[in-house]
Amino acid sequence: MWRDTVLVAGKDLRIEARSRVALSQVAPFGVVALVMFAFALGPDRATMAKGAAGLFWVAVLFCTVLAVQRSVSVESVDGARDGLRLSGLDPAGLFLGKAAAVAAQLVVLEVVLGVGVTVLYGARIEAPWLILASCVLGTIGLAATGTLYGALSAGLRVKETLLPFLLLPIAIPVLLAGTRIWQAALAGGVPADGTPWLRLLVVFDAVYLALGVVVYGPIQESA
Amino acid sequence: MAPPIPPPPAISLHDAVALSGRFPLLAGVDLEVAPGETVLVEGPNGAGKTSLLRVCAGLVGVSAGRVRVLGLDPNRRRTQVRRRVGLLSHASHLYDDLTVRENVRFAVRAAGADPGRIDGACARLGLTGRLLTTSASKLSAGQRRRVALAVLVARWPELWLLDEPHAGLDATARATLDQLIGEASAAGVTVVIASHEADVVGSLATRAVVITGGRVTGERTLGPPVAGRPAAAEPAGPAGDIPLPGPVAHVA
Repeated sequence: MWRDTVLVAGKDLRIEARSRVALSQVAPFGVVALVMFAFALGPDRATMAKGAAGLFWVAVLFCTVLAVQRSVSVESVDGARDGLRLSGLDPAGLFLGKAAAVAAQLVVLEVVLGVGVTVLYGARIEAPWLILASCVLGTIGLAATGTLYGALSAGLRVKETLLPFLLLPIAIPVLLAGTRIWQAALAGGVPADGTPWLRLLVVFDAVYLALGVVVYGPIQESA
Repeated sequence: MAPPIPPPPAISLHDAVALSGRFPLLAGVDLEVAPGETVLVEGPNGAGKTSLLRVCAGLVGVSAGRVRVLGLDPNRRRTQVRRRVGLLSHASHLYDDLTVRENVRFAVRAAGADPGRIDGACARLGLTGRLLTTSASKLSAGQRRRVALAVLVARWPELWLLDEPHAGLDATARATLDQLIGEASAAGVTVVIASHEADVVGSLATRAVVITGGRVTGERTLGPPVAGRPAAAEPAGPAGDIPLPGPVAHVA
């Protein structure tokens, strides 16, 4: 399984390195979203700093949808998905590999968006370990759910519009937990203990990783 | 001493029915292909030739009847069957952003085959020099087909399922393909070829099966395969022959 994970993740990341869709299209989209939020909130930097946590995670969610759509679309050209099925790859390895590649792209996007909220909204980080932990756990959860629901929508003609509809409601726990943790970690944010929300992310990740490992194969066969 | 137990058929379908929604792809196919046999599947468009190959590859499940491929149920033991089966379909299964070499390497490693055979297989199909580092998006349809063939040759599975294998290939590549089929057949590989070009493929196969309306409606014996046999073959391609694996061991 791990051999297949590395193989698939390496393939997807190589494709991304060649096409640079995440860096040249998804990341700029995320930054534009942050700028639009800033326009919507008005010029008061205190208001923007207060909303920075939630707006960061909303932007991450939007970027996740695009990254997952890209991950699905590379398998829909020239029968590549059938090629993967025919190769006899372990479905669990395939799921973990695709999720790992999406996660790697999300990490880069989160760094860009993190810089964006500190520059645009004037947010100051007081507890970097909380920020780091929430990003790592949130990324795993989003990559796992995104890959799972991406596979679910892959065989459908309306996958581009169906994926956000399926994925965004499922990702609400990540949005909630990530926002609360960031609020606790940013200066001037809501005083709160981020630890319970970190636990929620751990449970969310464990559930969706396990679910993906078990059901990705059947979903791929039926899609 | 008890007589040796004969190996199971490479392909065995009994009253196999496959559906796409409510549309019947196969409507009760009975077919047996012996290990090492080369069979031509012919029939009009939409007769079920491609569906038959996809059922044998485990890509399409049957809703009724019984299917065994290499002695295994392809719906229950997908991974085991797929690693031993190669399907050359209308699609080439290539990633446009990867180079030719990267595509072949990924497909071969994903199938758990020996990557050491990649260079030889690519050379055999004329995929050499700058072509190896060319992005798949820049390839012509014929070149994409040759890359897909290179994957098949590098993997060298026990059962080759070839769907219109000559389509899009130039004369040189067609000759190479014929020779490869002959070599595979000589090495004990089972080959099933779905094709409209019975005049071309007929010389490679020992038996022809006619499919109409999702059923096997006829069968005829062809002469022993002559074209492409290594002893009688023309030089294969720009880079010459590559060492091929030994005869396939048919296990129960």
